Amino acid sequence: MNNLRKQRLEVVLLIIVAGALASGLIIYMLGQNANYFYTPSQIARGEAPEGVFLRAGGMVVEGSLVRDMDSLALEFKVTDGSSVLVVQHTGILPDLFGEGEAAIAAGKVDQNLVLQATEVLAKHDENYMPPEVAESMSEAYLDKRKTAAGIQ
Amino acid sequence: MNWVWFYRLGSPLWFYQTTTRWLPWLSLLAFMLLATGLVWGLGFAPQDAKQGNSFRIIYMHVPASFLALVGYFLMAAAGAIGLIWKMKLSYMVMKAAAPIGAALTFLALFTGAVWGKPTWGSYWVWDARITSMLILLFLYFGVLALQYAFHNEEASNKASAVLALVGTVNIPIIYKSVDWWYTLHQPSTIKLTSAPSMHPDMFQPLLVMILGFYCFYVVALCLFTRVEILRRERKTTWVGDLIGSSNNAVEGEK
Repeated sequence: MNNLRKQRLEVVLLIIVAGALASGLIIYMLGQNANYFYTPSQIARGEAPEGVFLRAGGMVVEGSLVRDMDSLALEFKVTDGSSVLVVQHTGILPDLFGEGEAAIAAGKVDQNLVLQATEVLAKHDENYMPPEVAESMSEAYLDKRKTAAGIQ
Repeated sequence: MNWVWFYRLGSPLWFYQTTTRWLPWLSLLAFMLLATGLVWGLGFAPQDAKQGNSFRIIYMHVPASFLALVGYFLMAAAGAIGLIWKMKLSYMVMKAAAPIGAALTFLALFTGAVWGKPTWGSYWVWDARITSMLILLFLYFGVLALQYAFHNEEASNKASAVLALVGTVNIPIIYKSVDWWYTLHQPSTIKLTSAPSMHPDMFQPLLVMILGFYCFYVVALCLFTRVEILRRERKTTWVGDLIGSSNNAVEGEK
């Protein structure tokens, strides 16, 4: 490579490094603000602002879903293993919402640290398997998940 | 070091002649892979335990996203080679990669939205993965727009190449977004270091589709580049001869 090309190569590298540096700083400044949702622990520690629209997500605790018989009001608990957050919502849940599955609820946290959700989304994990495989391993699978989520 | 091979690679005529020879075979391979993958994935792979049949959109979504990211690196690399070596062909490849990449990015976003509604309960959310993917679409649009923003070809080539290079930082961000932040989008199913978290019966057709998309991408890139070669080299004798001979052939048929 002659000198001119070397010079241009340096300019190209400079562009990439400068771009990486700039976006690196932006990402660093964004930090946790770029998260789509808060975890129950963060809300319990008071890291989430009170009375402001936010999202919280975690694993739906087994057996925690309670529906009101006369309306669409419902309540369930989500956990990240160390803390539990109560979510209250009025509406229809997505098809893939389920106990032991991950979900994200959007709304405001009231002074009792209960999330009054206006929207509930189901979060899907990266695992794919046919029904019969899921069935045959469901016992071991559920046990593993429960230990992971810290539920006895 | 001997750079002769590198400069031969940069000859539009050499590229045009070589692709004329190889394109039919590559197109056939792409078609066979895509046909096999689609029939296998949509018709024969078992359905997912939780999502049922809606998971099958993965056979379009993942390969399109893959190639959208790989294609951006290719476009930026072509731009860098153009900037450093002033190679005509590499600027043509860069220009050809932009619309293909934009189309693939759009396909990834669209199939994701279609899948998101029945799975998450929402067509669109502003999480880190989806937002960074939308930025990728705008970067592709930016490169495309800069190609047509200048009267001077040299200026538009340089401007596009610089934008393409700056935009490369977005690719690792897209790739790692699901690990760096809490996102609604799930982490990667196909991992670099460990086995895919997908049953082999479902994963094999996905692999065929990814290979098929790679071949399709190369075919599309060659076709777009050939058009660009003919347009930019229209004043050379070999293009004149090519067009002359095809005109003669049309005349002869009449």
